This record gives sequence, structure tokens and C-alpha cells, in this order.
Amino acid sequence: MLIFFKRAVNDILQHRFLNTITIITIALSVFIVSALVLFFVNANNIMNNWKEGVKIMAYLESDAAGESIQEIRSKILEMYGVQDVRFISKDEALKYLKNRMERQSSLFDNLNKNPLPDAFEIRMIPLSQTGERIELLASEIEMISNVEEVEYGQRWLGRFSNIFKLLKLLGYAMCALFFMAAVLIVANTIRLVFYSRREEIEIIRIVGASDGFIKAPFYIEGLIYGAIGGAIGLAFLYIIFCFISSNVGQGFTSEFVIVDFLSIKVLCEIILCSMIVGWLGCLISLKHILKT
Amino acid sequence: MMESNENSPIIRLFHVSRRYGSKHALVDISLDINKNEFVFINGPSGAGKTTLLNILYLGTPVSEGQVLIDGMNLSRISRKKVPVLRRKFGIIFQDYKLIPTKTVFDNVAIVLEIMGKKQRLIQKKVRSVLRTVGMEERQNSYPLSLSGGEQQRVAVARAVVGAPKIILADEPTGSLDPESAEIIFDLLKKFHTRGTTVIVVTHNRELIKKAGGRIIYLKQGSLQSSLTS
Repeated sequence: MLIFFKRAVNDILQHRFLNTITIITIALSVFIVSALVLFFVNANNIMNNWKEGVKIMAYLESDAAGESIQEIRSKILEMYGVQDVRFISKDEALKYLKNRMERQSSLFDNLNKNPLPDAFEIRMIPLSQTGERIELLASEIEMISNVEEVEYGQRWLGRFSNIFKLLKLLGYAMCALFFMAAVLIVANTIRLVFYSRREEIEIIRIVGASDGFIKAPFYIEGLIYGAIGGAIGLAFLYIIFCFISSNVGQGFTSEFVIVDFLSIKVLCEIILCSMIVGWLGCLISLKHILKT
Repeated sequence: MMESNENSPIIRLFHVSRRYGSKHALVDISLDINKNEFVFINGPSGAGKTTLLNILYLGTPVSEGQVLIDGMNLSRISRKKVPVLRRKFGIIFQDYKLIPTKTVFDNVAIVLEIMGKKQRLIQKKVRSVLRTVGMEERQNSYPLSLSGGEQQRVAVARAVVGAPKIILADEPTGSLDPESAEIIFDLLKKFHTRGTTVIVVTHNRELIKKAGGRIIYLKQGSLQSSLTS
């Protein structure tokens, strides 16, 4: 095994330019695919966070009395998909608003009357948080008497989910295309290296080398291309990620939006896939060459 | 598969022919070569000498007939067994066929690496063989920095390092001066005395006379004579 590894390394060093091009191609493919993965992983997490924070606000009519408030609460709790209902009194709402708008507190000095209504904050069971279900629940709540208005800030979430699914499909297609392109590039490189060593291979065949002895270093080369190309692609992605996150700063993350780099597990999986790309390229190339 | 015993021939050809299109390179050749024989294959250009040699290690297939090498029937051999067959041979070419990007040492060592030998054994055997052929001091040189005679000596070392049963030499002295040619022949004789069957294709009648042994004479692809000098 060590002999094959040494031969593979020697081959790579002997055809530096060709192998550098191949490794850079793999690195670029890995970079683009990993960037897509990074986007989708984080977008998925953000969407899941937003879904968890989905709140429906049901604003009550100003003359809603205490008993009817309890009735409304019970009715809402009975509805399908509702996890929790919290009553927010108009006074509580005003206090919260004043805290949020501390710098504009002078606005409230001239208020004679609290203009804010009583409201219910309704949280849904996470599994029920589909766009359609949220809309349906909102319309059901709106039908309850003494409920003046129903609002939910993530009205657009349902539409975005569908777009996100479409983007994911496109992402998969792009990944598949880059995967194929990288495999073909490696196959071509191995073919060129093989032909450049044709004389040597012919000689070692004559002295008794088996197909396995001849092929093994090429397979190892393919794995090395994949490993190094994958590592470079991911390193480049990480550098860009750090650059963006350090320069964009607070705008990049906020209380509700946290963007993380890929986990160690995902990084290892990407490197492994990259090595499989290298190995597959060799397989395709050598199968054809040794047949002829 | 049966290995040949002391009394049976190590190479047997039965009505072997080889055609390239309409051209007959070999026509109905039947002959036996015994173990530990020193055999010359002689004849004019185009007689089929190199073709005969190529057939023995399956460098080219036969068109008709059967070839048995140390009990292995070449017409029934699978692709996977071809390397096993070739390891029975040590082959020396007129143009040396050394790998230009490998050192003298590595050119010889490759045979043992192919056989799966351990590094320590490889080091020992390669040095020993290079010493025998007088090339130990040039083991780190590359073939292109060597003379023709030196390259051929390395080729001889590569041919014998794996302790083959048969040495095939195709015009081993064809591109060499008389002095170098004599050195090569002496080496072949030396390895022959150690029990290896040696088959040499050559035009060099002087060396044939000097070396002795059996002479197989081919003409226009046919076996004309097979005589011991």
C-alpha cells in the first residue's frame, strides 16, 4: 500500500501543472456546492426559527368584557393547532411599546387615552405551522365575535416555503451538475497522466505487473485530488464566510437570525464526497483505458 | 496446471503459427526447450525470431497451435493469469526498455515490488544483483546518464532479480560494442550456470560459436533446424 501511495505522490509531483488544474477545478466545485449547502442549511434553520416564533395576534374590540374575554380564550384554545394563548391587556401593550420606543417617549406624553386594544397572542404547535394552516386558523379566529382583527407577521412564510423548496431542487440539480463536471475533469486528467506514462506502464506489464498493481496508484491519486481539492474549497469558503461576518457584523446576525458555518460532520461529509468524485473519475477513466 | 519436472521440457510449442493479416510471421512451429538449456534463435531479418519470443510471454497471441510454458497452456490462460506467466520470465530487449524517470535501483526493484516482496528483501536483492552486473555504484543514476552497455547491464539485472525460470533476450547485444556485448553474454552464461533456461535471439555468430548451446534456425517463419553446437 505504501508503495502505491509513494507512486501516486510521485506521479502528482511529476505532472504538477495538470494536477494543479484538476485540484483547483475540484476546489471550485466544492466551493460552489458547499456555499449552496451553507445557504440552505442556514436558510432552513432561520425558517425553522421563524416558524417557532410564529405568533398570531388577535385584537379585541374595545368593548369586550371580562367574561367574553375568557370565552374567546377558551374557543381559541379548542382550535386545531393551537399550543398556547396569552392575553395581553392594553396597559401591558402600552408599557411594552413605551419600552421599545424609549427614544420617542415624548410621543406618549400627550396621550389622554390608551389607544391600544386588548389582544391575544396565539402560539401554534410547531408541526401545524404550515402556511395553509396558519391562514386557516387566522380566519377561524377572525370569525369569533368581539375579535376585531387578526394579524400574523409571517404571512409570507407559506409562500417563501414553496419558493425555498423550489430553490432547494435547483440547488440539488446544480450540485449534481458540478459533481458530474468534477468527475469528468478527474477522468480526463487520469487519462492524460496514464498516456504520459504509457511507456512505463507497458514495461511494467511486460515484467509481470497485474492490472491492480497498475491501477492502484491512480485510484490513490484520485482520492488525493478529492481530499486536497475539497479541503481547499472549504477553506476558501470559510475565509469568505469569516470575511463577510466580520465586515457585515451586526447586520449579519441578529436576535432572530443566526448564521453559522457548516458543522464538522457536514465538512467531513463534503470532503468524503469530494474524494468519491476523485475515485469515480479514476474508475471511469481506467475502465475504458485498460479495456483498449 | 502442472509444473514441469526435471525431465520434461519447460517450453513446448505445438504447430504454432502467427499471422498478421495475410502475412505469416510464424508457420507451423513445433519444438521443445528443456530446463536449463541455453538456446540461440538465429535467422535472417523477418524470419520470425522476435515473434517467437513475443509469443512465449504472450506479448502477442498465437493464431494457431498451442504453447505450454512450465505447464501453463497459453491458449487457456485467463487475463488475470498473464502477469503470473510473465513473472516466470526475465526479459531483455535490444533497446533496454528501462524506465527513464526511475533510477537504476528503482528500475530493478520494480520487479520485486510487483511480486510483493518486503522492502528489506528488495534492498538486499537489488544491491546483490547490481553488484553481480557491476552497476552497484551507479544505482542512483538515471538510465539516460548511462552508456548502452551499462543500460543493458541494468536490464540484465532487472531480468534476473526475480529469479525467473526463463530468460528471454531479444538481440541483447544488437546496439553494443564488442566489449560490452561480451560482458552481457558472460552475464547470461553466469545466470545460466545457476539453473536458469536462457533463450537468446541474436545475429551475432561469433558469440554463438563462443557460447555454445543449441541453435534454432528460422527462415521465413519456419523452423529450419534445431541443432546443438
